[in-house]
Amino acid sequence: MKNKKIDIKYDRHLEEKRRPKIEVELEKGKKEVFNLDQLKSGGYIRQRQKDLFTVRLRCPGGRVNFEKLKKIAEVGPKYSKKDYVHISVRQSIEIPYVNYQDFLPLSKELEEVGQKIASCGPRVRVPTACSGCEYNPNGLIDVQKLCHEIDQKYFGIQCNHKFKISLSGCPIDCFRTNEMDLGFQGAIEPLWDEETCNGCRICGYACKEGAITNDSKTGKPSIDRTKCLYCADCIRACPTNSWREGKKGLIVRVGGRHGRHPVNGSVIATLLPEDKMGQVIEKVIEWYNDRGKGKGRVRIGDILMGKWPDFVAFMKPVLGEHAVKNPQKPDYIKIHSFQTGWMPNPIIEG
Amino acid sequence: MERKPDANLDLRGVICPINFVKTKLKLEQMKTGEILEVIIDSGEPIANVPRSVKEEGHKIVKVEKLNNHFRLLIEKI
Repeated sequence: MKNKKIDIKYDRHLEEKRRPKIEVELEKGKKEVFNLDQLKSGGYIRQRQKDLFTVRLRCPGGRVNFEKLKKIAEVGPKYSKKDYVHISVRQSIEIPYVNYQDFLPLSKELEEVGQKIASCGPRVRVPTACSGCEYNPNGLIDVQKLCHEIDQKYFGIQCNHKFKISLSGCPIDCFRTNEMDLGFQGAIEPLWDEETCNGCRICGYACKEGAITNDSKTGKPSIDRTKCLYCADCIRACPTNSWREGKKGLIVRVGGRHGRHPVNGSVIATLLPEDKMGQVIEKVIEWYNDRGKGKGRVRIGDILMGKWPDFVAFMKPVLGEHAVKNPQKPDYIKIHSFQTGWMPNPIIEG
Repeated sequence: MERKPDANLDLRGVICPINFVKTKLKLEQMKTGEILEVIIDSGEPIANVPRSVKEEGHKIVKVEKLNNHFRLLIEKI
């Protein structure tokens, strides 16, 4: 590949903390004046360098088909001043070093294969997910399907601050649902059938949580439900299919985040049926937008810390029997042991 | 009544996932309906090998505990 000559000036506005406005053509023949925050909401993220932006593409669940990938590889070199894409931590492909005057042709060409631009700023972000049960041996639910549903229905909804949703197919939780504003993780309740069990003890060895103990004489298992993580290892390991799938659904976590001061999200429901996921998302966003009124850029976790009982009561009708009894409110994860004097900001905490 | 194995593998001291790979390769050489006897260690091997054998579609017809080892009888499907 031939080396491109890059002529880049740094954006002085950045140091001066000014918010310049620029004229951009996002729709053909329609030039509009945007401030940078508005562009950011459209997935165009200002860089250090003058007039250059990173264009974030919408890749829900990190799944990009070859047709789109080819198109991205085709338009990238045309409009980017560099020779690479950046894969964001939230699974989206980003094309850096794009001049704002190229936004229209770039987005038009990507649209030919249905590749959309993502978003940034205070709204529901592109949801992330693992491969789920489709081909991952540990996966318990089809998180890619659910991720697609979330992307179609809830992407871009305005909130006080960013609102991140992720899905993990099993309790290994590669997608860190506890660090999300809202997270869903697959789970299966194991049920045991005494008649078909031959007391082989494999389940006791397969259980990584120490929840299953086998009788010393008969080998028949007993399960301590307080230790069970709903991972289904016992079901998969059982040679006689005596461990079977009971309820199947989602562990729901809310209020988490990463960043300077990470917060551990709270489990509010277990084994929630998949078809109730949408209702839960709508209700959580409704609560967030209502209780966040007038509070400015504040994450749901911060509001939850101050209004936890109100939230739990609000969610109760939707969660029903799946609600966790006495859920604990989200709390800070201490990661900076040297920062001994830090206290949460009472203004933000509201 | 226990069926007489058609083949056997002693996988004591063989770690995961080599023990499963050896089991799988042996099963591939066998005919449908034949029985493979496998001896594996307790701990990680007993947690993983039967699960993987089951996921390959074969049937575990017997599991027997012998001190620190397990004896499996697997029917090739």
